[in-house]
Amino acid sequence: MKKTMILAATLLLAPALAQANVIPDMLEGYKAEGASNFSAEAGKKLWNKEFAQEDGSKRSCVTCHNADVTKPGKHQRTGKVIAPMAPSVPFVAADEKDEPRYSTEKKVEKWFKRNCKWTYGRECTVQEKGDFLMYLKDL
Amino acid sequence: MNKVLLFAVAMLFSGQAFAEDFFTNLFRFKGVKPMNNDLYNESCGECHYAYQAGLLPKKSWEKMMLASELEDHFGEVADLEEEDRIALRDLLVANAADTSIYKRSSKITRSLAKTPDVVELRISNVPYIKRKHKDLKDKHVKLNPKVKSIINCNKCHREIDKGIFDDDTILIPNFGYWSDIED
Repeated sequence: MKKTMILAATLLLAPALAQANVIPDMLEGYKAEGASNFSAEAGKKLWNKEFAQEDGSKRSCVTCHNADVTKPGKHQRTGKVIAPMAPSVPFVAADEKDEPRYSTEKKVEKWFKRNCKWTYGRECTVQEKGDFLMYLKDL
Repeated sequence: MNKVLLFAVAMLFSGQAFAEDFFTNLFRFKGVKPMNNDLYNESCGECHYAYQAGLLPKKSWEKMMLASELEDHFGEVADLEEEDRIALRDLLVANAADTSIYKRSSKITRSLAKTPDVVELRISNVPYIKRKHKDLKDKHVKLNPKVKSIINCNKCHREIDKGIFDDDTILIPNFGYWSDIED
């Protein structure tokens, strides 16, 4: 009986979980914009690559997001705790309006734009963004 | 008969107390105007407390919300979609301190009147707010792991979402009510 219940719950939940993630749609969108052959390997490399800043310090995605993306990160300047990037980590809402990562394209693009500028001093290309999502999506 | 009378009198007074409380909150405009805007909470509150517009004057919000300023928002890149930027700027300007009838907003405006050429972007630099926080020690804020910085208003101002900053609503984590620790 218990197993049946769990199975039923999983089946009920599965469409909701699948719906919540916009990564496949975004990858399709980037392809339409001319990017191709997204590579998790390239994404991982760029994720860990350090860039020198004007003040002599170094920055990478890992600086704030953690090298282990299943763990929370911490903002370099403000110390704010940043939720894990890995989609596999169960979502914990901080307040009622909080939504899981990768729920809306607008929010993913907002943070790509801000964080690419903050780290690389420029916006990321569609190829780079696709590589990042390719790397993160199965973690 | 006596009991009925007593009950009637009690009702009369409780009604008065209720009415007093009701009108205090409705018509006295004591604190700053609360903000209940989803776009604002989502766009700005994602990184820091979504400060009420009534904490800074119009000219401050106009400058802060320029696309070029958001590129370097206190050292962070805080880009917004253009339509969101305009909507948020207009929201902030429309509810700015110098357009507000709320008591604390008026005090903020008055305290900035002495330096008309300054466009203050930091709420913590507004003279009125600075004065109000002058007795705070590092141990209460910077060195307090549950507060960390003066920018985290809501860590101590427990009724801030309602726009209330009264002394009896200030509870400093690890220290207690401000009214009890203030010498």
